[in-house]
Amino acid sequence: MHLDKSVRITRDKETLGFVAKVERISGQNLKACYQCGKCSAGCPMAAYMDVLPNQIIRLAQFGFEEELVKSESIWTCVSCLTCNNRCPKGVKIAEVIEAVRQIVLRTRKDHMDVEKLPLGTLRNIPPIALIGSMRKFTS
Amino acid sequence: MKFSYYPGCTLKNHAKNFEDSTLFSLAHLGLEIEELPRWNCCGTVASLAADDLIHQLAPIRNLIRVKEAETTQVVTACSMCFNTLKRANERVRANPTELAQMNDFMYDEETPYEGDVDVYHVLDLVRDKVGFKDVAAKVVNPLGGLKVANYYGCTLVRPKQVAIDDTENPVVLENLVSALGGSPVEFPLKTECCASYRTVDSPNIVADKTYQIINSARSLGAEIIAVSCPLCAFNLDQRQEATLKYHPDFIGLPIVYFSQLMAIAFGCEEKTLQFGLHHFPPKPVLTGKGLI
Ligand code: SF4
Ligand code: SF4
Repeated sequence: MHLDKSVRITRDKETLGFVAKVERISGQNLKACYQCGKCSAGCPMAAYMDVLPNQIIRLAQFGFEEELVKSESIWTCVSCLTCNNRCPKGVKIAEVIEAVRQIVLRTRKDHMDVEKLPLGTLRNIPPIALIGSMRKFTS
Repeated sequence: MKFSYYPGCTLKNHAKNFEDSTLFSLAHLGLEIEELPRWNCCGTVASLAADDLIHQLAPIRNLIRVKEAETTQVVTACSMCFNTLKRANERVRANPTELAQMNDFMYDEETPYEGDVDVYHVLDLVRDKVGFKDVAAKVVNPLGGLKVANYYGCTLVRPKQVAIDDTENPVVLENLVSALGGSPVEFPLKTECCASYRTVDSPNIVADKTYQIINSARSLGAEIIAVSCPLCAFNLDQRQEATLKYHPDFIGLPIVYFSQLMAIAFGCEEKTLQFGLHHFPPKPVLTGKGLI
């Protein structure tokens, strides 16, 4: 059986619209990234990601919306900013990831149901952790 | 010179040990600070979206409270509060249009914000307003060479615009520990992330991080780890229980706030240290050194 593994890069309106939206929300110029991989090399959460930080930027450059909004990585990233601090091109990767998270959250698709958190968690966790995760996971 | 003090939510409960030891130490150093009569949550994590000003309002409202307290300088001990307040401040200082929009939005506020408050971390004050020479002179109970791994985490040193020190190799905590009579150990993981708020939904990831960070500190000879963030403290200390579950060979280390080390060196009473809030008891190593 022949498996078609080709990737189709398109310039249709929808794709370009998504790229523009990511650039607007993140305030970043995606084309600046030259895929050196330094962001992924230093990312403390990379081991838990399905799409690595440099791959996120690559997918964003070409407008692969579906791959990005369905990735686990956008929720894995904790905005530690190690990548931003090290990118030789000054790309703020964490801002790009925040933009994709926001694109999902702004359609009211939350990633966490606060009401379903176990009582033990609610009781023991410090407020900064709870509020932090609500800020990142809910709309 | 008077500073307003912004405690933030967590220092009033889970991190009361952080607050009490900080207030004791700053008073011992002769710094005049006064808690804001009214304050609100800072938002804890800075919004990274360029088009979203609503999440910048909470920190800016706190800076208005500082002006209303008739000071122009605010100090906070929690690294996360520090980061959120200072980033919002730097953002509006650099963007007058955004600041004007925000002031318009906050029409209920009597005092407009004009970027005219400076945000400091406790460590800024200790280093720049007091100086380590004077800190050393105020030590009454030197730390006796206690080997401390200093853990900065993320929010004290990133992003660069608000970092209190070098972003990759900060040394302010090491210099403080030396001034207090302790021995800072070289600690390459000092700015590694502890997985932060993922402690809520993925304690397993935090357990891996805690395992790596504490093992590294142990292997370098540390007897204790000093932190400046209540979330780092929770992940490195309270999550040691989960860490042991995922990594049965894990041994652990006591975790303290840098301010507790200051308070010990400045001769506080034991109740200021609030050891009841710790998971891994710091007392054995400290009594072993004759420090308490
Ligand atoms: S470090 Fe910067 S330039 Fe390199 S891959 Fe990451 S975003 Fe691209
Ligand atoms: S901000 Fe996110 S992507 Fe960047 S290094 Fe930290 S966890 Fe990784």
